[in-house]
Amino acid sequence: MTPLARPWLWSWLAAAAAFSLTLGLTSGRGASELAYAALSFGAFAAIVGLGQMLVITLGPGNVDLSIPATMTLAATLALKGMSSDPGTAFMGLAIALAVGVGAGAANYALIFLLRLPPIIATLAASLIYQSLAIWSNRGLRIKPPEGLADFATGRVLGLPNVAWVGLLLAVAVWVVLERSIWGRWLLATGQNLRVARLAGVPVERVRATTYVAVAVFASLAGYLLASFSGGAALNMGQEYLLMSIAVVVIGGTSIAGGNSNVPGVWGAALFMFLVVSMLNSYGAGAGVRNVLTGAIIISIVIAASTRRART
Amino acid sequence: MSLLTRHRIILPVVSLALLLAATFYMQPRAMSYFGLNLLFNLAVPIALATIAQMMIIMVNDIDLSLGAFVSLSACVTATFLNDTPGIGLLILLALILSYALMGAVIHALDLPAIVVTLGMSFVWGGLALFILPSPGGASPGWLRTLMTVKPPFAPMAVVAAIVIAAVTHLLIMRSGIGTVLRGVGGNARSVARAGWSVLKLKALAYGLAGLFGVLAGMALVGLATSADANIALRYTLLSIAGVILGGGEFTGGKVSPTGAVIGALTLTLAASFLSFLRLSPDWQIGAQGAILILVLTARLVFRQKGAEA
Repeated sequence: MTPLARPWLWSWLAAAAAFSLTLGLTSGRGASELAYAALSFGAFAAIVGLGQMLVITLGPGNVDLSIPATMTLAATLALKGMSSDPGTAFMGLAIALAVGVGAGAANYALIFLLRLPPIIATLAASLIYQSLAIWSNRGLRIKPPEGLADFATGRVLGLPNVAWVGLLLAVAVWVVLERSIWGRWLLATGQNLRVARLAGVPVERVRATTYVAVAVFASLAGYLLASFSGGAALNMGQEYLLMSIAVVVIGGTSIAGGNSNVPGVWGAALFMFLVVSMLNSYGAGAGVRNVLTGAIIISIVIAASTRRART
Repeated sequence: MSLLTRHRIILPVVSLALLLAATFYMQPRAMSYFGLNLLFNLAVPIALATIAQMMIIMVNDIDLSLGAFVSLSACVTATFLNDTPGIGLLILLALILSYALMGAVIHALDLPAIVVTLGMSFVWGGLALFILPSPGGASPGWLRTLMTVKPPFAPMAVVAAIVIAAVTHLLIMRSGIGTVLRGVGGNARSVARAGWSVLKLKALAYGLAGLFGVLAGMALVGLATSADANIALRYTLLSIAGVILGGGEFTGGKVSPTGAVIGALTLTLAASFLSFLRLSPDWQIGAQGAILILVLTARLVFRQKGAEA
């Protein structure tokens, strides 16, 4: 396998290209600020992307559309629980993660017990989570406790803290996928569910843990995003629905399942932020920006797929 | 088999009837020409969008760009079609052709439809913003007249739904080409072996989806009298839900146009029903989700009975 055939390379190349094109305009000024911003904002996309990647790895038809609603619900309940009191950050985290576990278990229950297609099950469930968030939020904007807000916007060794969280999670997911039995089970299930079941893989247990994992990732991203941006908002998760799917696919994970790609998710998350800032710095309006973003996503997918076909 | 196919349409019909009965029970005054018109007014564009989504699901793909595409069609209708009908018509035709082209590219390069349509949703949304940066535009007079016409016996929305269901039923379920198109979803390879060009068939299915997407956008402008770039974004998920509610399956070319229209009507009615319930607005969205789950659970029960019989 030549280095060029590694699917994750494309997202990193694209991110690097967007980065240098943006800097080309300012003739190199602001490079570290741009990288810092990309790492901060990319971290949220990477965290939800890692979760979505696990689900998509389960095979065709598996996708979680409830990510935005889970993010919002986890953030809303966590901030409400903390009610800006100092020293409650870990309690808030526990609330958010509990919401994630609950939402994931509910999603899987709908899929398994009612035999609903995952797209429909997570879509219907997300409507209910959204209602719960609206009901518990009531338009209030509760600030995160000061220490937590400082952590979410702070940095260690020059890297944003949220990026550290995202990187640690990526390493953890990579190790689990490549080195643990569960990861092998997940890949086997995604490659061929029937064969995996006949080979003795506890397929339903793998699916259940995967759907819980994606919801936990989403709730963690929601918790961090709310702390980062000074409070939960009802539409805070909105853009992460398409984003989570886009970073997975641009990152080189096979949409047909059974083949995931951790480094690619981070590359794609950086790219999605950098391409918007590149178009912004070239003065493109919202319309042009969207058209170009879409065109770039499609051309990357085409480039990656023709590359794959040749090898 | 005939039992199962008959079951497939019974469930959507029963759920719509039950919901309608419950609505009439809650609000007897809705049981009138005017009441029905209010209840189903917004169903026409949703039904058209659901049919468009069904064309894509029929060939085993899924379209995540439909909401953005309907919004774009609405923006074109409210601006170009109103100001310079000739150019407007050309743009709408070009949109339909680009949908067909998208289908051809997806098939020729063997790309995942979910990703390509995801990317295209940015493109459609961007173009819509470009045409109409802020909400505005106006509906062409003839379109407004068409959408608000008051036919005898049944309100416009009901008549339109019946016409849409009948036309698409003839096209997809009764005609030769419709059968071949469903065959692409069932077994593309055997369709190809039988001498058909799957490339052309996929382009046709996507083109049909584009046509109904454009019609949905036009119908929406006729009702709303103006447009904005985000007017129909929620149609993406609504249309998927409508197809599945109507007894369609994600794979195997198992779709039902009549069911899809009924599914769209059910979704529209669910919203009206919930407002009659005087449910707190906080819970309206959640209750829609609950209704969706309920109907699909009923489908499971039906399917098991069908398997036993």
